[in-house]
Amino acid sequence: MSDIFQNVEPMVHESRISVPYHWWAGDTASRFFIDLRDSQKIMGTRCSKCSKTYVPPRKTCPTCFTPNDEWREVASQGTLISYTVVRRHQASLPKKPPIIYGLIQLEGADTAVLHIIDELKPEDVKIGMKVQAKFSSQRKGTMFDIEYFRPVH
Amino acid sequence: MGKKRVAIVGTGQTFHKSHRPDVNGQELINEAVQRALLDADMTIQDIDAVVIGNMDHFEGINYVDCWSVDGSGGVMRPIIKLTTGGTTGSTLAIGGYHMIASGMFEKVLVIGWEKNSESDTTGAITTAFDPVWDRLVFAGAISGLAAEAQSYMAKYGATDKDGARVSVRDRKHACNNPHAQLRKEVTIEEVLASPMLADPIHLLDVCPRTDGACAVIMACEGVAERIAPQPDWIWATANRHTYSYLNDATYGELDSMADASKELFSKAGIKDPRKELDVIEMYQPYSFAGIIWIEDMGIAPRGKGAEYIWSGATDMGGELPINPSGGVIACNPIGATGLIRCAEAALQVMGKAEERQVPDVSLALSTGFGGCFWTDTILHGKNKPAF
Repeated sequence: MSDIFQNVEPMVHESRISVPYHWWAGDTASRFFIDLRDSQKIMGTRCSKCSKTYVPPRKTCPTCFTPNDEWREVASQGTLISYTVVRRHQASLPKKPPIIYGLIQLEGADTAVLHIIDELKPEDVKIGMKVQAKFSSQRKGTMFDIEYFRPVH
Repeated sequence: MGKKRVAIVGTGQTFHKSHRPDVNGQELINEAVQRALLDADMTIQDIDAVVIGNMDHFEGINYVDCWSVDGSGGVMRPIIKLTTGGTTGSTLAIGGYHMIASGMFEKVLVIGWEKNSESDTTGAITTAFDPVWDRLVFAGAISGLAAEAQSYMAKYGATDKDGARVSVRDRKHACNNPHAQLRKEVTIEEVLASPMLADPIHLLDVCPRTDGACAVIMACEGVAERIAPQPDWIWATANRHTYSYLNDATYGELDSMADASKELFSKAGIKDPRKELDVIEMYQPYSFAGIIWIEDMGIAPRGKGAEYIWSGATDMGGELPINPSGGVIACNPIGATGLIRCAEAALQVMGKAEERQVPDVSLALSTGFGGCFWTDTILHGKNKPAF
Protein backbone atom coordinates (compact mmCIF):
# COMPACT_ATOMS: atom_id res chain seq x y z
CA MET A 1 0.00 0.00 0.00
CA SER A 2 2.98 2.27 0.62
CA ASP A 3 3.40 2.72 -3.13
CA ILE A 4 0.02 4.39 -3.43
CA PHE A 5 -0.26 6.14 -0.10
CA GLN A 6 1.85 9.25 0.08
CA ASN A 7 2.83 9.52 3.76
CA VAL A 8 -0.60 10.68 4.87
CA GLU A 9 -2.27 8.83 7.70
CA PRO A 10 -5.40 7.17 6.22
CA MET A 11 -8.49 8.64 7.87
CA VAL A 12 -11.46 6.25 7.99
CA HIS A 13 -15.05 7.23 8.67
CA GLU A 14 -16.82 4.30 10.38
CA SER A 15 -20.58 4.01 10.07
CA ARG A 16 -23.35 1.47 10.33
CA ILE A 17 -26.62 2.08 8.54
CA SER A 18 -29.64 0.37 10.06
CA VAL A 19 -32.50 0.16 7.56
CA PRO A 20 -35.39 -1.99 8.85
CA TYR A 21 -37.64 -3.54 6.21
CA HIS A 22 -40.74 -5.66 6.24
CA TRP A 23 -41.64 -7.60 3.13
CA TRP A 24 -45.27 -8.49 2.38
CA ALA A 25 -45.26 -12.07 1.16
CA GLY A 26 -48.47 -11.55 -0.87
CA ASP A 27 -51.62 -13.73 -1.01
CA THR A 28 -49.98 -16.62 -2.86
CA ALA A 29 -46.93 -17.02 -0.61
CA SER A 30 -49.06 -16.30 2.49
CA ARG A 31 -51.30 -19.24 1.70
CA PHE A 32 -48.21 -21.46 1.39
CA PHE A 33 -46.84 -20.29 4.73
CA ILE A 34 -50.22 -20.62 6.51
CA ASP A 35 -50.57 -24.24 5.35
CA LEU A 36 -46.98 -24.89 6.36
CA ARG A 37 -47.45 -23.32 9.78
CA ASP A 38 -50.88 -24.74 10.63
CA SER A 39 -50.93 -28.13 8.85
CA GLN A 40 -47.28 -28.95 8.09
CA LYS A 41 -48.33 -29.26 4.46
CA ILE A 42 -46.18 -28.14 1.53
CA MET A 43 -48.38 -26.69 -1.19
CA GLY A 44 -47.53 -25.78 -4.77
CA THR A 45 -49.40 -24.11 -7.60
CA ARG A 46 -49.97 -25.78 -10.93
CA CYS A 47 -49.83 -24.22 -14.39
CA SER A 48 -52.42 -26.06 -16.45
CA LYS A 49 -50.86 -24.86 -19.70
CA CYS A 50 -47.26 -25.91 -18.92
CA SER A 51 -48.31 -28.88 -16.74
CA LYS A 52 -45.77 -27.78 -14.13
CA THR A 53 -46.17 -27.66 -10.36
CA TYR A 54 -44.28 -24.80 -8.77
CA VAL A 55 -42.90 -24.86 -5.24
CA PRO A 56 -42.46 -22.05 -4.17
CA PRO A 57 -45.97 -21.33 -5.52
CA ARG A 58 -46.48 -18.71 -8.25
CA LYS A 59 -49.40 -16.39 -8.71
CA THR A 60 -48.64 -16.42 -12.44
CA CYS A 61 -46.60 -18.91 -14.44
CA PRO A 62 -43.17 -17.31 -15.10
CA THR A 63 -42.95 -18.93 -18.54
CA CYS A 64 -46.42 -18.42 -20.10
CA PHE A 65 -48.07 -15.86 -17.76
CA THR A 66 -51.13 -18.07 -17.15
CA PRO A 67 -52.67 -17.39 -13.70
CA ASN A 68 -51.81 -20.35 -11.47
CA ASP A 69 -54.84 -20.76 -9.20
CA GLU A 70 -54.82 -24.54 -8.87
CA TRP A 71 -53.19 -25.66 -5.61
CA ARG A 72 -51.64 -29.08 -5.05
CA GLU A 73 -50.03 -30.61 -2.03
CA VAL A 74 -46.56 -32.01 -2.72
CA ALA A 75 -44.62 -34.52 -0.60
CA SER A 76 -42.43 -33.40 2.27
CA GLN A 77 -39.77 -35.70 0.85
CA GLY A 78 -37.74 -35.31 -2.30
CA THR A 79 -34.44 -35.60 -4.13
CA LEU A 80 -31.29 -33.54 -3.58
CA ILE A 81 -30.56 -31.81 -6.91
CA SER A 82 -27.36 -30.05 -5.84
CA TYR A 83 -25.63 -28.82 -2.70
CA THR A 84 -22.63 -27.08 -1.26
CA VAL A 85 -20.98 -27.06 2.13
CA VAL A 86 -20.27 -23.61 3.50
CA ARG A 87 -17.04 -23.77 5.52
CA ARG A 88 -16.37 -20.18 6.54
CA HIS A 89 -18.37 -18.18 9.02
CA GLN A 90 -20.10 -14.98 7.91
CA ALA A 91 -22.57 -12.75 9.70
CA SER A 92 -25.30 -13.51 7.16
CA LEU A 93 -25.32 -17.25 7.90
CA PRO A 94 -28.22 -18.66 9.97
CA LYS A 95 -25.87 -20.87 12.07
CA LYS A 96 -22.25 -21.85 12.53
CA PRO A 97 -20.50 -23.63 9.63
CA PRO A 98 -20.14 -26.20 8.27
CA ILE A 99 -23.61 -25.71 6.79
CA ILE A 100 -24.94 -27.89 3.96
CA TYR A 101 -27.09 -25.87 1.57
CA GLY A 102 -29.29 -28.05 -0.63
CA LEU A 103 -31.62 -27.75 -3.57
CA ILE A 104 -34.45 -30.18 -3.01
CA GLN A 105 -37.00 -31.24 -5.62
CA LEU A 106 -39.99 -32.44 -3.64
CA GLU A 107 -42.04 -35.36 -4.98
CA GLY A 108 -44.88 -33.89 -7.01
CA ALA A 109 -43.06 -30.61 -7.73
CA ASP A 110 -41.29 -29.61 -10.94
CA THR A 111 -39.04 -27.02 -9.30
CA ALA A 112 -36.67 -27.17 -6.35
CA VAL A 113 -36.63 -25.44 -2.97
CA LEU A 114 -33.54 -24.14 -1.25
CA HIS A 115 -32.89 -25.22 2.30
CA ILE A 116 -30.41 -26.53 4.81
CA ILE A 117 -29.55 -30.24 4.98
CA ASP A 118 -28.69 -31.64 8.41
CA GLU A 119 -28.34 -34.86 10.45
CA LEU A 120 -25.49 -36.08 8.27
CA LYS A 121 -21.80 -35.33 7.89
CA PRO A 122 -20.79 -33.05 5.00
CA GLU A 123 -18.72 -35.89 3.48
CA ASP A 124 -21.80 -38.13 3.31
CA VAL A 125 -24.02 -35.79 1.27
CA LYS A 126 -24.63 -36.91 -2.31
CA ILE A 127 -26.57 -35.52 -5.26
CA GLY A 128 -29.58 -37.75 -5.89
CA MET A 129 -30.09 -38.77 -2.25
CA LYS A 130 -33.60 -38.73 -0.75
CA VAL A 131 -34.25 -36.16 1.94
CA GLN A 132 -37.21 -35.41 4.17
CA ALA A 133 -38.43 -32.17 5.75
CA LYS A 134 -38.09 -31.89 9.52
CA PHE A 135 -40.78 -29.45 10.61
CA SER A 136 -40.06 -27.02 13.44
CA SER A 137 -41.93 -27.48 16.70
CA GLN A 138 -42.54 -23.72 16.85
CA ARG A 139 -43.79 -22.57 13.48
CA LYS A 140 -44.16 -18.88 12.59
CA GLY A 141 -44.96 -18.87 8.89
CA THR A 142 -41.47 -18.69 7.31
CA MET A 143 -39.23 -21.14 5.45
CA PHE A 144 -37.78 -22.04 8.84
CA ASP A 145 -41.09 -23.74 9.71
CA ILE A 146 -39.13 -26.46 8.00
CA GLU A 147 -36.17 -26.58 10.35
CA TYR A 148 -34.06 -28.44 7.77
CA PHE A 149 -34.12 -31.48 5.48
CA ARG A 150 -32.60 -34.77 6.67
CA PRO A 151 -31.71 -38.01 4.89
CA VAL A 152 -34.43 -40.64 4.49
CA HIS A 153 -33.16 -43.84 6.06
CA MET B 1 -33.93 4.65 -39.99
CA GLY B 2 -31.99 1.76 -38.53
CA LYS B 3 -29.51 1.75 -35.70
CA LYS B 4 -26.20 3.54 -35.97
CA ARG B 5 -22.88 1.72 -35.81
CA VAL B 6 -20.96 2.24 -32.57
CA ALA B 7 -17.29 1.84 -31.67
CA ILE B 8 -15.14 2.05 -28.57
CA VAL B 9 -12.49 4.72 -29.14
CA GLY B 10 -10.73 4.92 -25.78
CA THR B 11 -10.39 3.08 -22.48
CA GLY B 12 -8.93 3.85 -19.07
CA GLN B 13 -8.43 1.84 -15.89
CA THR B 14 -7.06 2.43 -12.44
CA PHE B 15 -4.27 0.23 -11.11
CA HIS B 16 -6.64 -2.01 -9.19
CA LYS B 17 -5.76 -2.82 -5.56
CA SER B 18 -7.35 -4.50 -2.55
CA HIS B 19 -7.64 -1.11 -0.80
CA ARG B 20 -7.42 2.45 -2.04
CA PRO B 21 -7.48 4.51 1.16
CA ASP B 22 -5.68 7.33 -0.67
CA VAL B 23 -8.75 8.29 -2.72
CA ASN B 24 -12.50 8.49 -2.16
CA GLY B 25 -14.95 7.00 -4.66
CA GLN B 26 -15.31 9.93 -7.02
CA GLU B 27 -11.53 10.49 -7.02
CA LEU B 28 -11.05 6.83 -7.97
CA ILE B 29 -13.58 7.26 -10.78
CA ASN B 30 -11.71 10.33 -11.99
CA GLU B 31 -8.45 8.39 -12.42
CA ALA B 32 -10.12 6.01 -14.90
CA VAL B 33 -11.96 8.83 -16.69
CA GLN B 34 -8.78 10.91 -17.14
CA ARG B 35 -6.94 7.87 -18.53
CA ALA B 36 -9.75 7.11 -21.01
CA LEU B 37 -9.82 10.75 -22.19
CA LEU B 38 -6.03 10.69 -22.60
CA ASP B 39 -6.25 7.40 -24.50
CA ALA B 40 -8.80 8.88 -26.92
CA ASP B 41 -7.05 12.28 -27.02
CA MET B 42 -10.27 13.97 -25.93
CA THR B 43 -11.29 16.37 -23.18
CA ILE B 44 -14.33 16.08 -20.94
CA GLN B 45 -15.89 18.90 -23.00
CA ASP B 46 -16.05 16.48 -25.96
CA ILE B 47 -18.37 14.11 -24.04
CA ASP B 48 -22.12 14.31 -24.75
CA ALA B 49 -23.39 12.06 -21.98
CA VAL B 50 -22.24 9.78 -19.15
CA VAL B 51 -23.45 6.35 -18.02
CA ILE B 52 -22.17 5.20 -14.63
CA GLY B 53 -22.77 2.24 -12.35
CA ASN B 54 -21.61 0.22 -9.37
CA MET B 55 -23.08 -2.40 -7.04
CA ASP B 56 -26.08 -1.45 -4.92
CA HIS B 57 -25.18 -1.36 -1.19
CA PHE B 58 -21.43 -1.81 -1.70
CA GLU B 59 -20.39 1.69 -0.72
CA GLY B 60 -23.70 2.53 0.92
CA ILE B 61 -24.11 5.51 -1.42
CA ASN B 62 -27.26 5.66 -3.49
CA TYR B 63 -27.73 8.06 -6.42
CA VAL B 64 -24.11 7.54 -7.40
CA ASP B 65 -24.83 9.23 -10.71
CA CYS B 66 -25.46 12.50 -8.83
CA TRP B 67 -22.92 12.09 -6.03
CA SER B 68 -19.99 11.28 -8.29
CA VAL B 69 -20.28 14.11 -10.85
CA ASP B 70 -17.11 15.84 -9.62
CA GLY B 71 -15.09 12.79 -10.64
CA SER B 72 -17.13 11.44 -13.53
CA GLY B 73 -17.42 14.65 -15.51
CA GLY B 74 -21.19 14.57 -15.10
CA VAL B 75 -21.43 18.20 -13.93
CA MET B 76 -24.13 19.88 -16.07
CA ARG B 77 -24.15 16.96 -18.52
CA PRO B 78 -26.69 14.17 -19.18
CA ILE B 79 -25.87 11.31 -16.78
CA ILE B 80 -27.72 8.13 -15.84
CA LYS B 81 -26.96 5.20 -13.56
CA LEU B 82 -27.35 1.55 -14.48
CA THR B 83 -26.88 -1.19 -11.95
CA THR B 84 -27.55 -4.90 -12.50
CA GLY B 85 -25.37 -6.60 -9.89
CA GLY B 86 -22.33 -8.44 -11.19
CA THR B 87 -23.38 -7.67 -14.74
CA THR B 88 -23.34 -3.92 -14.00
CA GLY B 89 -20.14 -3.27 -15.98
CA SER B 90 -21.30 -5.11 -19.09
CA THR B 91 -24.80 -3.64 -18.81
CA LEU B 92 -23.18 -0.19 -18.71
CA ALA B 93 -21.43 -0.97 -21.98
CA ILE B 94 -24.68 -2.23 -23.52
CA GLY B 95 -26.44 0.92 -22.26
CA GLY B 96 -23.81 3.21 -23.79
CA TYR B 97 -24.07 1.25 -27.04
CA HIS B 98 -27.86 1.70 -27.09
CA MET B 99 -27.54 5.46 -26.44
CA ILE B 100 -25.33 5.96 -29.48
CA ALA B 101 -26.93 3.30 -31.70
CA SER B 102 -30.26 5.07 -31.18
CA GLY B 103 -28.84 8.23 -32.72
CA MET B 104 -29.50 10.28 -29.58
CA PHE B 105 -25.81 10.87 -28.67
CA GLU B 106 -22.50 10.89 -30.59
CA LYS B 107 -19.90 10.43 -27.82
CA VAL B 108 -20.69 8.70 -24.55
CA LEU B 109 -18.48 8.10 -21.52
CA VAL B 110 -19.22 4.80 -19.75
CA ILE B 111 -17.92 4.31 -16.19
CA GLY B 112 -17.97 1.31 -13.86
CA TRP B 113 -16.39 1.43 -10.42
CA GLU B 114 -16.26 -0.15 -7.00
CA LYS B 115 -14.61 0.38 -3.66
CA ASN B 116 -15.14 -3.18 -2.56
CA SER B 117 -13.04 -2.57 0.56
CA GLU B 118 -15.69 -0.34 2.08
CA SER B 119 -18.39 -2.86 3.00
CA ASP B 120 -19.38 -6.44 3.78
CA THR B 121 -19.50 -7.94 0.29
CA THR B 122 -21.45 -11.05 1.26
CA GLY B 123 -24.01 -9.04 3.22
CA ALA B 124 -24.49 -6.66 0.30
CA ILE B 125 -24.77 -9.46 -2.28
CA THR B 126 -27.31 -11.31 -0.15
CA THR B 127 -29.71 -8.38 -0.70
CA ALA B 128 -29.93 -9.53 -4.33
CA PHE B 129 -31.87 -12.64 -3.25
CA ASP B 130 -35.59 -12.85 -2.58
CA PRO B 131 -36.19 -11.93 1.07
CA VAL B 132 -39.09 -14.32 1.67
CA TRP B 133 -37.88 -17.47 -0.10
CA ASP B 134 -34.12 -17.40 -0.61
CA ARG B 135 -32.47 -15.08 1.85
CA LEU B 136 -33.16 -16.93 5.10
CA VAL B 137 -31.69 -20.17 3.88
CA PHE B 138 -29.00 -19.07 1.42
CA ALA B 139 -26.40 -16.29 1.58
CA GLY B 140 -23.74 -14.66 -0.55
CA ALA B 141 -22.54 -15.38 -4.05
CA ILE B 142 -20.29 -18.37 -3.53
CA SER B 143 -22.99 -20.86 -2.47
CA GLY B 144 -24.86 -20.70 -5.77
CA LEU B 145 -21.67 -21.10 -7.74
CA ALA B 146 -20.60 -24.01 -5.55
CA ALA B 147 -23.91 -25.75 -6.22
CA GLU B 148 -23.36 -25.21 -9.95
CA ALA B 149 -19.90 -26.77 -9.75
CA GLN B 150 -21.16 -29.72 -7.66
CA SER B 151 -23.85 -30.48 -10.23
CA TYR B 152 -21.40 -30.28 -13.08
CA MET B 153 -18.86 -32.52 -11.34
CA ALA B 154 -21.55 -35.10 -10.51
CA LYS B 155 -22.74 -35.10 -14.12
CA TYR B 156 -19.42 -35.19 -15.98
CA GLY B 157 -16.89 -36.50 -13.45
CA ALA B 158 -14.81 -33.30 -13.42
CA THR B 159 -12.58 -32.73 -10.37
CA ASP B 160 -11.35 -29.78 -8.37
CA LYS B 161 -8.01 -30.25 -10.10
CA ASP B 162 -9.72 -29.28 -13.36
CA GLY B 163 -10.97 -26.09 -11.72
CA ALA B 164 -7.51 -25.36 -10.37
CA ARG B 165 -6.07 -25.50 -13.91
CA VAL B 166 -8.27 -22.53 -14.83
CA SER B 167 -7.03 -20.53 -11.81
CA VAL B 168 -3.44 -21.32 -12.78
CA ARG B 169 -4.07 -19.99 -16.31
CA ASP B 170 -5.71 -16.76 -15.24
CA ARG B 171 -3.21 -15.97 -12.49
CA LYS B 172 -0.38 -16.54 -14.98
CA HIS B 173 -2.00 -14.25 -17.54
CA ALA B 174 -2.47 -11.57 -14.87
CA CYS B 175 1.31 -11.21 -14.57
CA ASN B 176 1.21 -9.53 -18.01
CA ASN B 177 -1.38 -6.96 -16.90
CA PRO B 178 -0.14 -4.00 -14.84
CA HIS B 179 -3.75 -3.14 -13.89
CA ALA B 180 -4.55 -6.54 -12.31
CA GLN B 181 -4.66 -6.82 -8.52
CA LEU B 182 -3.12 -10.29 -8.06
CA ARG B 183 0.01 -10.55 -10.19
CA LYS B 184 1.61 -13.69 -8.83
CA GLU B 185 1.42 -17.15 -10.34
CA VAL B 186 -0.16 -20.01 -8.42
CA THR B 187 0.27 -23.77 -8.86
CA ILE B 188 -2.41 -26.47 -8.96
CA GLU B 189 -1.13 -27.74 -5.60
CA GLU B 190 -1.47 -24.27 -4.07
CA VAL B 191 -5.04 -23.90 -5.32
CA LEU B 192 -6.03 -27.31 -3.93
CA ALA B 193 -4.29 -26.61 -0.60
CA SER B 194 -5.98 -23.22 -0.14
CA PRO B 195 -8.87 -23.12 2.37
CA MET B 196 -12.19 -24.64 1.30
CA LEU B 197 -14.84 -21.89 1.25
CA ALA B 198 -17.88 -23.79 -0.04
CA ASP B 199 -17.35 -27.26 -1.49
CA PRO B 200 -15.77 -27.64 -4.06
CA ILE B 201 -14.56 -24.02 -4.20
CA HIS B 202 -11.20 -23.19 -2.61
CA LEU B 203 -10.01 -19.67 -1.81
CA LEU B 204 -7.76 -19.63 -4.90
CA ASP B 205 -10.67 -20.73 -7.12
CA VAL B 206 -12.51 -17.43 -6.59
CA CYS B 207 -12.14 -13.75 -7.32
CA PRO B 208 -10.66 -11.33 -4.75
CA ARG B 209 -12.26 -8.10 -3.51
CA THR B 210 -10.88 -5.11 -5.34
CA ASP B 211 -11.02 -1.31 -5.42
CA GLY B 212 -10.95 -0.01 -8.97
CA ALA B 213 -12.62 1.85 -11.81
CA CYS B 214 -12.84 1.54 -15.57
CA ALA B 215 -13.95 4.07 -18.19
CA VAL B 216 -14.76 3.45 -21.84
CA ILE B 217 -15.51 6.09 -24.47
CA MET B 218 -17.86 5.15 -27.30
CA ALA B 219 -18.61 7.10 -30.48
CA CYS B 220 -20.85 6.75 -33.51
CA GLU B 221 -19.72 5.91 -37.04
CA GLY B 222 -18.30 8.99 -38.72
CA VAL B 223 -16.93 10.29 -35.42
CA ALA B 224 -15.20 7.12 -34.16
CA GLU B 225 -12.84 6.87 -37.16
CA ARG B 226 -11.67 10.46 -36.56
CA ILE B 227 -10.85 9.72 -32.90
CA ALA B 228 -9.22 6.29 -33.12
CA PRO B 229 -6.99 4.91 -35.91
CA GLN B 230 -8.43 1.48 -35.13
CA PRO B 231 -11.78 1.71 -33.37
CA ASP B 232 -13.25 -1.35 -31.65
CA TRP B 233 -16.60 -1.85 -33.43
CA ILE B 234 -19.42 -3.31 -31.40
CA TRP B 235 -20.98 -6.00 -33.56
CA ALA B 236 -23.74 -7.19 -31.30
CA THR B 237 -24.90 -7.57 -27.70
CA ALA B 238 -27.23 -10.03 -25.98
CA ASN B 239 -28.28 -10.63 -22.40
CA ARG B 240 -30.43 -13.03 -20.40
CA HIS B 241 -31.88 -13.46 -16.91
CA THR B 242 -33.38 -16.77 -15.90
CA TYR B 243 -35.06 -16.73 -12.50
CA SER B 244 -36.70 -14.82 -9.66
CA TYR B 245 -36.04 -17.55 -7.11
CA LEU B 246 -32.59 -19.11 -7.08
CA ASN B 247 -34.00 -22.61 -6.95
CA ASP B 248 -35.43 -22.21 -10.45
CA ALA B 249 -31.99 -21.92 -12.05
CA THR B 250 -30.45 -24.89 -13.83
CA TYR B 251 -27.39 -26.07 -11.93
CA GLY B 252 -24.45 -27.47 -13.88
CA GLU B 253 -25.16 -25.53 -17.05
CA LEU B 254 -25.54 -21.77 -17.49
CA ASP B 255 -28.79 -21.36 -19.45
CA SER B 256 -28.41 -17.58 -19.67
CA MET B 257 -24.97 -17.93 -21.27
CA ALA B 258 -26.14 -20.61 -23.70
CA ASP B 259 -29.09 -18.53 -24.88
CA ALA B 260 -27.33 -15.14 -24.95
CA SER B 261 -24.32 -16.42 -26.87
CA LYS B 262 -26.62 -18.23 -29.32
CA GLU B 263 -28.38 -14.94 -30.06
CA LEU B 264 -25.08 -13.04 -30.23
CA PHE B 265 -23.46 -15.46 -32.67
CA SER B 266 -26.60 -15.65 -34.77
CA LYS B 267 -26.74 -11.83 -35.07
CA ALA B 268 -23.14 -11.81 -36.33
CA GLY B 269 -23.40 -14.93 -38.50
CA ILE B 270 -20.88 -16.86 -36.40
CA LYS B 271 -21.25 -20.59 -36.88
CA ASP B 272 -18.18 -22.00 -35.14
CA PRO B 273 -17.18 -19.67 -32.28
CA ARG B 274 -14.10 -21.75 -31.39
CA LYS B 275 -12.61 -21.13 -34.84
CA GLU B 276 -14.04 -17.68 -35.57
CA LEU B 277 -13.33 -15.89 -32.27
CA ASP B 278 -9.75 -14.78 -31.62
CA VAL B 279 -9.93 -14.02 -27.91
CA ILE B 280 -12.45 -14.05 -25.04
CA GLU B 281 -12.50 -11.80 -21.98
CA MET B 282 -14.90 -13.67 -19.77
CA TYR B 283 -16.52 -12.58 -16.51
CA GLN B 284 -15.49 -15.78 -14.80
CA PRO B 285 -15.81 -15.24 -11.04
CA TYR B 286 -14.59 -18.71 -10.14
CA SER B 287 -12.49 -21.34 -11.80
CA PHE B 288 -15.13 -23.97 -12.63
CA ALA B 289 -17.01 -21.38 -14.70
CA GLY B 290 -14.02 -21.43 -17.03
CA ILE B 291 -14.90 -25.03 -17.82
CA ILE B 292 -18.70 -25.04 -17.68
CA TRP B 293 -19.53 -21.79 -19.43
CA ILE B 294 -17.32 -22.38 -22.50
CA GLU B 295 -19.53 -25.40 -23.08
CA ASP B 296 -22.60 -23.16 -22.93
CA MET B 297 -20.93 -20.87 -25.49
CA GLY B 298 -20.39 -23.83 -27.82
CA ILE B 299 -16.58 -23.57 -27.57
CA ALA B 300 -16.30 -27.12 -26.19
CA PRO B 301 -18.85 -29.99 -26.27
CA ARG B 302 -20.77 -30.82 -23.07
CA GLY B 303 -18.52 -32.49 -20.56
CA LYS B 304 -15.39 -31.68 -22.57
CA GLY B 305 -14.62 -28.21 -21.21
CA ALA B 306 -11.89 -29.42 -18.87
CA GLU B 307 -10.17 -31.37 -21.63
CA TYR B 308 -10.10 -28.24 -23.78
CA ILE B 309 -8.61 -26.19 -20.90
CA TRP B 310 -5.94 -28.84 -20.17
CA SER B 311 -4.94 -28.86 -23.87
CA GLY B 312 -3.60 -25.34 -23.43
CA ALA B 313 -5.90 -23.99 -26.15
CA THR B 314 -7.09 -21.15 -23.92
CA ASP B 315 -3.62 -20.16 -22.68
CA MET B 316 -1.71 -17.27 -24.27
CA GLY B 317 -0.37 -18.61 -27.57
CA GLY B 318 -3.15 -21.20 -27.75
CA GLU B 319 -5.96 -21.59 -30.28
CA LEU B 320 -8.39 -19.31 -28.41
CA PRO B 321 -6.80 -17.40 -25.51
CA ILE B 322 -9.24 -16.68 -22.68
CA ASN B 323 -8.67 -13.83 -20.23
CA PRO B 324 -5.31 -12.42 -21.37
CA SER B 325 -5.89 -9.78 -18.67
CA GLY B 326 -5.93 -12.41 -15.92
CA GLY B 327 -9.67 -12.09 -15.67
CA VAL B 328 -11.82 -11.85 -12.59
CA ILE B 329 -9.91 -14.39 -10.49
CA ALA B 330 -7.02 -11.90 -10.49
CA CYS B 331 -9.06 -8.72 -10.05
CA ASN B 332 -12.68 -7.93 -9.21
CA PRO B 333 -13.87 -4.38 -8.54
CA ILE B 334 -17.37 -5.73 -9.17
CA GLY B 335 -19.22 -2.72 -10.65
CA ALA B 336 -16.23 -2.19 -12.97
CA THR B 337 -15.50 -5.86 -13.67
CA GLY B 338 -17.86 -6.37 -16.63
CA LEU B 339 -16.70 -3.09 -18.18
CA ILE B 340 -13.05 -4.13 -17.71
CA ARG B 341 -13.83 -7.27 -19.75
CA CYS B 342 -15.30 -5.01 -22.45
CA ALA B 343 -12.33 -2.60 -22.30
CA GLU B 344 -9.82 -5.46 -22.41
CA ALA B 345 -11.57 -6.95 -25.46
CA ALA B 346 -11.47 -3.48 -27.05
CA LEU B 347 -7.72 -3.20 -26.33
CA GLN B 348 -7.20 -6.55 -28.07
CA VAL B 349 -9.11 -5.42 -31.17
CA MET B 350 -7.40 -2.01 -31.20
CA GLY B 351 -3.98 -3.68 -30.84
CA LYS B 352 -3.24 -1.76 -27.63
CA ALA B 353 -3.06 -4.62 -25.11
CA GLU B 354 0.75 -4.40 -24.78
CA GLU B 355 2.26 -7.41 -22.95
CA ARG B 356 -1.09 -9.19 -22.96
CA GLN B 357 -1.83 -8.66 -26.66
CA VAL B 358 -3.07 -11.66 -28.63
CA PRO B 359 -1.75 -11.36 -32.22
CA ASP B 360 -4.15 -10.42 -35.05
CA VAL B 361 -7.45 -10.11 -33.23
CA SER B 362 -10.36 -9.57 -35.60
CA LEU B 363 -13.20 -10.77 -33.36
CA ALA B 364 -13.34 -10.69 -29.58
CA LEU B 365 -16.04 -11.69 -27.11
CA SER B 366 -16.52 -10.08 -23.71
CA THR B 367 -19.06 -11.24 -21.15
CA GLY B 368 -20.66 -10.17 -17.91
CA PHE B 369 -22.06 -12.36 -15.16
CA GLY B 370 -24.13 -11.50 -12.14
CA GLY B 371 -26.39 -12.34 -9.27
CA CYS B 372 -26.26 -15.96 -9.72
CA PHE B 373 -26.63 -16.98 -13.31
CA TRP B 374 -27.32 -13.79 -15.31
CA THR B 375 -25.35 -13.19 -18.49
CA ASP B 376 -24.42 -10.28 -20.76
CA THR B 377 -22.43 -10.79 -23.95
CA ILE B 378 -20.74 -8.28 -26.29
CA LEU B 379 -19.10 -9.05 -29.62
CA HIS B 380 -16.24 -6.76 -30.71
CA GLY B 381 -14.75 -6.54 -34.23
CA LYS B 382 -11.85 -4.91 -36.06
CA ASN B 383 -14.01 -4.22 -39.10
CA LYS B 384 -17.35 -2.44 -39.15
CA PRO B 385 -20.20 -4.89 -38.79
CA ALA B 386 -21.98 -5.58 -42.07
CA PHE B 387 -25.39 -4.98 -40.47
